[in-house]
Amino acid sequence: MKVLVAVKRVIDYNVKIRVNSEGSAVETNNVKMSMNPFDEIAVEEAVRLKEAGLVEEIIIVSIGNKGVQETIRTAFAMGGDRGIHIINEDVTEPLVVAKLLKDIAIKEKTNLVILGKQAIDDDCNQTGQMLAAILDWPQATFASKIELNNNKLKVVREIDGGLETLDINLPCVVTTDLRLNEPRYASLPNIMKAKKKEIIEIPIADTGIDFKSRLEVIKVQEPPMRSGGRIVADVDELINVLKNEVGVI
Amino acid sequence: MSVLVIAESNGKTVDRGTLSAITAATQINEDISLLVLDDSEEVLKNCQKIKGVKRVISSKGDLEGCLAENIASIIIEAAKDATHILSSAGTFGKNIMPRVSALKDSQQISDISEIIDPHTFVRPIYAGNALATVKSSDKVKFITVRATAFQAAETEGGSANIVDGPIAKTNGSSSFVTRDLSVSDRPELTAAKIVVSGGRGIGSAENFSILDPIADKLGAAVGARRAAVDAGYVPNDYQVGQTGKVVAPELYIAVGISGAIQHLAGMKDSKVIVAINKDEEAPIFQIADFGLVGDLFQIIPELSDKL
Repeated sequence: MKVLVAVKRVIDYNVKIRVNSEGSAVETNNVKMSMNPFDEIAVEEAVRLKEAGLVEEIIIVSIGNKGVQETIRTAFAMGGDRGIHIINEDVTEPLVVAKLLKDIAIKEKTNLVILGKQAIDDDCNQTGQMLAAILDWPQATFASKIELNNNKLKVVREIDGGLETLDINLPCVVTTDLRLNEPRYASLPNIMKAKKKEIIEIPIADTGIDFKSRLEVIKVQEPPMRSGGRIVADVDELINVLKNEVGVI
Repeated sequence: MSVLVIAESNGKTVDRGTLSAITAATQINEDISLLVLDDSEEVLKNCQKIKGVKRVISSKGDLEGCLAENIASIIIEAAKDATHILSSAGTFGKNIMPRVSALKDSQQISDISEIIDPHTFVRPIYAGNALATVKSSDKVKFITVRATAFQAAETEGGSANIVDGPIAKTNGSSSFVTRDLSVSDRPELTAAKIVVSGGRGIGSAENFSILDPIADKLGAAVGARRAAVDAGYVPNDYQVGQTGKVVAPELYIAVGISGAIQHLAGMKDSKVIVAINKDEEAPIFQIADFGLVGDLFQIIPELSDKL
């Protein structure tokens, strides 16, 4: 079985972002970029399935400018086998990503697609569900545990009230939550090997998919700042201010 | 224009986030339908009384677990006259809405915090560290709503009529096995007026119970920073932050939480924030209204004695 994993290159989660001077986007020039953390979890899960002998090949897809090839190589160093880079210099919206992945999933005859549940830049949380919809496959979102058995997947999902378990048939789409696994650090030999693995480049205009954005970004702003208050001396003062100054208890 | 809101319910009550989505709907158009995916007569009666709802569409059938594969088609059918389809941005809405949106070839707008006009919305990006104003060109818009950004609709005073909706049928590709919900006498995290939240500084699952007496005395919900959930101190449904729950209570007490941006994303709209931390350099103090520097294992018992 082949598994498809898509990885997004985003501003590293430790970087404090800032809005550009035009107020049109978040500044990405000269900022440290990394693989979206949820996608790392997706790659790790695919590698574990391969190590368990349940998967033969892991295909890594990324969409974006030249820089995303570095992210694909990071996924190779973790255990991905080959890569597809869809070249788009502009933002690719989740619905377009889902359509691109659909075509790849069909062409590559993959039975399982594992994606991060959301990207930490746009925080959309859409692509996996959209892909499952247009493939007419079942979905298991926000997975914290998966077990693959005879073309069926048992998935434990994180939901607002606690946990939920589903059985879903393959082919299917899984999106990862934080506690599915802890991604590995790539070893040096694997980083070296990753340099030799193949990446196919496809310009987005050659895919036949309408990639025009449906959402026009009017502006991007910093949120209203919350200013720090003051340090209180002790528990008595804290109780006093909460009771008498702000009246919240 | 007309709006369809997808209700999230549990056989007894309607979720707080649904009430916020209804308030958001009133800012788009007053022709509001509420799709209820629940067999409970009690839920239907409660939905009729929600202010602002014009009609309640009652769908029955194979609703166990509200599986996305089974309910996507009935949402599409119920929404056939709607220009805007809304749900709360909890895990229920996040799971189902993009599936429906893609089937209608529409680019969903996630987690909106403000409505500028029926086509233009504000939504937080980068864990709330930036706000994007976006204008949708799709004819039919699928939207999830950040519950803390809109007041809950009033649960009395409405008089909607009930109409029968499409019947849910199992699609056969997925099945519901079990749901393991945390049981607590405390208020639900996203609906609580006061939240007491712990971080990794608390040190262990056993130590986490140090927060219980304060939570009980204040009638507060207990939350946690991701690190405390990852470390297994508390279950996943306690998590407040960019990828967990977003809360905005009257009072948020952060105990042993340093204040990583991903956590701040989930609580910085709280009215009053109190931080208790031994590290006076912790970033949480930069946004807290009141800070108390010291050892939480001394401060917390003292605080609960004196409350």
